[in-house]
Amino acid sequence: AVRACGGAWRRTWQRGALGPGPARRGQHAAACNARAGAVPAGKSGLAPWMPVVGLEIHAQISSNSKLFSGSQVQFAAPPNSLVSFFDASLPGTLPVLNRRCVEAAVMTGLALNCSINKKSLFDRKHYFYADLPAGYQITQQRVPIAVNGSLSYSLCIDNKMSQMVTKTVRIKQIQLEQDSGKSLHDDTRSQTLVDLNRAGVGLMEVVMEPDMCCGEEAAAAVRELQLILQTLGSSQAVMAEGQLRVDANVSVHHPGEPYGVRTEVKNINSIRFLAKAVDYEIQRQIEELENGGTILNETRAFDSKLGCTVPMRDKEGKQDYRFMPEPNLPPLILYDAKSLPANMNHQQVVNIDWIHERLPDLPSVKRAKLVEQYGILPEHSFTLLNEDGLAEFFENVVNQTQMKPKKVIGWIINDLLSHLRQHSVTVKESPVSSLLLADLLNLLVKKDISSTAAKQVLAELWKGEGKTPLEIVKEKKLGLIQDEKELEQICQAVIDRQENE
Amino acid sequence: MRVLRLCRWLRALPVPPVRALRSAVPPRPAWQHGEPRPGAQRKVTAEVLGQLEHLALVDFRDAEGVERLQKAIWFADQLQEVNTDGVEPMDSVLEDRCLYLREDDVTEGNCTKELLKNAREKVEEYFVAPPGNIPLPKLEDQETFLQGS
Repeated sequence: AVRACGGAWRRTWQRGALGPGPARRGQHAAACNARAGAVPAGKSGLAPWMPVVGLEIHAQISSNSKLFSGSQVQFAAPPNSLVSFFDASLPGTLPVLNRRCVEAAVMTGLALNCSINKKSLFDRKHYFYADLPAGYQITQQRVPIAVNGSLSYSLCIDNKMSQMVTKTVRIKQIQLEQDSGKSLHDDTRSQTLVDLNRAGVGLMEVVMEPDMCCGEEAAAAVRELQLILQTLGSSQAVMAEGQLRVDANVSVHHPGEPYGVRTEVKNINSIRFLAKAVDYEIQRQIEELENGGTILNETRAFDSKLGCTVPMRDKEGKQDYRFMPEPNLPPLILYDAKSLPANMNHQQVVNIDWIHERLPDLPSVKRAKLVEQYGILPEHSFTLLNEDGLAEFFENVVNQTQMKPKKVIGWIINDLLSHLRQHSVTVKESPVSSLLLADLLNLLVKKDISSTAAKQVLAELWKGEGKTPLEIVKEKKLGLIQDEKELEQICQAVIDRQENE
Repeated sequence: MRVLRLCRWLRALPVPPVRALRSAVPPRPAWQHGEPRPGAQRKVTAEVLGQLEHLALVDFRDAEGVERLQKAIWFADQLQEVNTDGVEPMDSVLEDRCLYLREDDVTEGNCTKELLKNAREKVEEYFVAPPGNIPLPKLEDQETFLQGS
């Protein structure tokens, strides 16, 4: 079932309140508002639009060697140095499946509540491109390794971080496939330079059903998937290094009518850009249809500098991939505790139940544990897990201080995190260790300093000069004066000064 | 039996003075599958032909080429007459074999020089390819046979 963002799309469309878009937006919004009051002129005057967003995510499997060959998987390396004869598709070479990639796919499938197909098949998908030397990609189109799962993610409504709502997107399938090489386009010399280091690296393609309806939902779902993959270790899922690639399929339609024509948006390099690209494309399609135009079933690229999508040059017209079974690979058989054959070599067996028992705690479970153990709010648990290493830091501070976790969390999320963001530093690189922060918070709990003073001390500690909180307090005389007589003297001095003026 | 008798008869023939090689392959097809199945499509449309040319990068060149393609399609179409209800498709004779799983070790690579030996052009250890996919001109702009059909 497709869910609309509670009609928010119609409201924002009328207000014209969404980011940069086609130039005519200003007048358009005014016209819509005028119509809103008056009698609707045309049929499509006030009908709400329901956007539909589906995602295809390619996650590079974290393994030492490639999916079908023994060459190394590494991000930056001299061009064409990590390429075997099979990767260059020289004649006479054959694919040999990597066991680690199968295990990674099974782990991901189990984490996303999929049913694992005990027998899955490999196919060839044919298309011509310079970075695909064989002319086909080995993938799993007919019977993939995992099907019918779900991914739950949370969104803050109304940008306030105070109310979070949980949504689910269905996972259609997860399949194993090969990556292609990289092409560098040299337009000045009218040529393309091809580097095959990435050709043949194992990918898990996660296909999601079109259950989402805006950029924010898509971004939240991808973020959650990224955290899951990183927790499992099946992929490092760093979008900047191309280990996680997302293509969005976007269409709009009126409720009650069949789905509209969809366009595919590619070249999205970060989660923020994903939200922008999806929102822009939805807006573009609505405006196009409102103006009586039609949407072409095409592939568009997202231009991050201009914040818009443009048609892609090479993907005109419908592609015919001529799928055929991969003749060099027999079916992939997976076993569980019941079907495990007695006399098989352990190295040749992938046992689904064995993998299931060894799955680490998924992010949702970790968050629930943090909330239960420390009494923090769910939104805080999200922030803790979103930042790499922050949850550990928080737990270390709590263990070394007398301050209650509910108060510690405020210091972590408001103060420490803002310092980290300001200086673009990760938790691991933080100049303030958990011990130092715990010492500082202890001073606060004992009421030796005020909370404003504590913030000053934290700023001093950030300079990383090796002083302890106590030393800084003494140096800057930030200590709270508890002695009543002294306080009386100070107050009297202030009053006297006032009288003299 | 008929074949054996035929061979003996051939060998019994007097050998002509000019040593001509007698081929067992008849000079003309002895039989032809000339007609499409009843109910099947008779002709391949120009649009489909254009798409085939675009995808497979072939040029049908003239009417004979297209005719040959059509006859080939009718010939392959005979497969549709076989009843496959309830039969599992077999796509590989390997289906009963065990798929070998390799350990995740690095055993290959580092042969840049050897691989680049095959490349006609190279730039600093990259293979050189033409820019992107140069799309074939559309059917209207082509000067091929299909224009006239």
